[in-house]
Amino acid sequence: MIGVQEEAVIQALGTDERYLALVARRSRLAWLLSAIIFFAYVAYLLLIAFDKALLGTPIAGGVTSWGIPIGLGLILLAIALTGVYVAHANRHHDGLMTEILKDYGA
Amino acid sequence: MRVRVAALAAVSVSFIPLPAWAAALEGQAQRQPVNWIAIAMFVAFVGLTLWITKVAAARTRTASDFYTAGGGISGFQNGLAMAGDYMSAASFLGISAQIFSDGYDGLIYSTGFLVGWPILLFLMAERLRNLGRFTFADVASYRFAQPPVRSFAAISTLLVVSFYLIAQMVGAGQLIKLLFGLPYAVAVLIVGALMMLYVLFGGMRATTWVQIIKAVLLLGGASFMALMVLAQMGFSLETLFSRAVEVKAQSALSGGATAVEAAERGRSIMAPGNFIKDPVSALSFGLALMLGTAGLPHILMRFFTVPDAKEARKSVLWATGWIGYFYILTFIIGFGAIVLVGTESRYLDSGGALSGGGNMAAIHLAHAIGGDAFLGFISAVAFATILAVVAGLTLSAASAVSHDLYATVFKHGRASSTDELRVSRVTTVALGVLAVLLGLLFEKQNVAFMVSLAFALAASGNFPVLILSLLWSGCTTRGAAWGGIIGLLTAFVLTLLSPAVWTNTFDLGLAPFPYSSAALFSVPAGFIAIWLISLLDQSPRAAIDKAGYPAQRVRAETGVGAFAAIDH
Repeated sequence: MIGVQEEAVIQALGTDERYLALVARRSRLAWLLSAIIFFAYVAYLLLIAFDKALLGTPIAGGVTSWGIPIGLGLILLAIALTGVYVAHANRHHDGLMTEILKDYGA
Repeated sequence: MRVRVAALAAVSVSFIPLPAWAAALEGQAQRQPVNWIAIAMFVAFVGLTLWITKVAAARTRTASDFYTAGGGISGFQNGLAMAGDYMSAASFLGISAQIFSDGYDGLIYSTGFLVGWPILLFLMAERLRNLGRFTFADVASYRFAQPPVRSFAAISTLLVVSFYLIAQMVGAGQLIKLLFGLPYAVAVLIVGALMMLYVLFGGMRATTWVQIIKAVLLLGGASFMALMVLAQMGFSLETLFSRAVEVKAQSALSGGATAVEAAERGRSIMAPGNFIKDPVSALSFGLALMLGTAGLPHILMRFFTVPDAKEARKSVLWATGWIGYFYILTFIIGFGAIVLVGTESRYLDSGGALSGGGNMAAIHLAHAIGGDAFLGFISAVAFATILAVVAGLTLSAASAVSHDLYATVFKHGRASSTDELRVSRVTTVALGVLAVLLGLLFEKQNVAFMVSLAFALAASGNFPVLILSLLWSGCTTRGAAWGGIIGLLTAFVLTLLSPAVWTNTFDLGLAPFPYSSAALFSVPAGFIAIWLISLLDQSPRAAIDKAGYPAQRVRAETGVGAFAAIDH
């Protein structure tokens, strides 16, 4: 698929309702997940900057402080969110996109 | 500035007081002068990687082979290679050492280095793969006039890579001097020569495999260390932490502190300490790490080695998983070192500090756990780690010169694949020589700020340009090129004026810019400059740029017309 034909497909796709809805849906998910990790990290930094003692508070009388599960939790959150995105893209997005593209012979 | 740096280096050499020399000699005398096990393991690694380079060289015929390994790397392989590209010796030895001395603070670093990856995935990974071919400039300049945006991208790539590379070379020289008993200059020469060989002959294919092997060795070695630490603690983190707190309190007590002070010093390692002083520095530093990750040219380039957008996003999932796992291991290793290294006099000098320098915590822990053989293994892995990172950096800088500057800006896209390949190889040699020279020049300098400068530059130049060119229809050639330059300049100038450079490196007194990172100001500067310049841009070119957006968007979302993999 080259040249003029490809340009025509791209132009047609750009106004296809199903395509627009699908892209908008993924875009919403992508921004939502970005906002989650962004603000989670910013909240963590602000907590460190303004209330160091809170993160140093021991959990249930032990030595381990609240900072440990929060910090490690942030690492796990980053991995989990990438997993959510990839799972969504693989399960829902790719199939629907392939179907739409098939209608245009792409 | 270079003269000034050289002069400073000379001054710092000639004014080191005699006792310091004596102490340094003592420190080295305690160690084996030459660590044969480490050298044997390292030679095995080099042999294997050179053999891979030879095999890869036979398959590196076109520019596409050289830049992207023909685009035939799988998502899983690319994820490992990205992890190998990203996990530097500095983050392994540096973060575990930071935890060894201050405890919790190391975790703040680790999280910052990780949180950029999800953002890279959500906003950029698939679109990069769908629009680009060899370098991130392919994507940034997609609908724009090529010369201005390519030139910006090449300048930015060269700056980011240079600072990152200097930090790696100096770190490599000092580390290898310590671990292998080799002179600094020899160590820098070996690193420079090997990285040149990998990239020159094996291109992206060899670089990818060096990074994969390194990632496997580093993750394997670190897993073993963390496992052995946990085994000694009955697989209880609580036990690990409470023993670490005891050790810290004990050492404060024997240092003359009162019982109350000592207990407080012990508990302090479970909370954030002095690493982050003021909220502005905290946010700024965090922003640089997070958004810089999504703008590092050598990381972005790896997205073009996979066949399609699906594999690109898989790469990030794997990379995030491995890197996150690695930082958790580093955390355990750091606390393990407090308990197992901090209590053993054979790893400490007379003053109670780590023998061999602050970064040796993980290395001594390797010895405490697995004796000379495992120490040799971890030393060799640290060396391999540096090689993998510098090879990736060199490749991305060589691509910026040959693909963006030579083929697109100077030859207007009419350079043959053979010529482009020749230019990238000449650049690789030039970069290798330059890296060695800079490594030697900066030997005595404090280069710690250079990594954070590289991240700040990537966050303030590349990241805004990529995001706005991908997602904002109103972005124009002028906006992207000049706005990007303004972002870079702001980051660069503010970093020069910050305490790490102004006060600590050049000793010019109180720093005019009081915060530890520029990003909180320079990232918005980049975004606003691109936005404002685009908005005011009424040129005929601006109309073309804006008209090109809808088609670019469809291609970015669907992959229609994307450059296909040519694995042969």
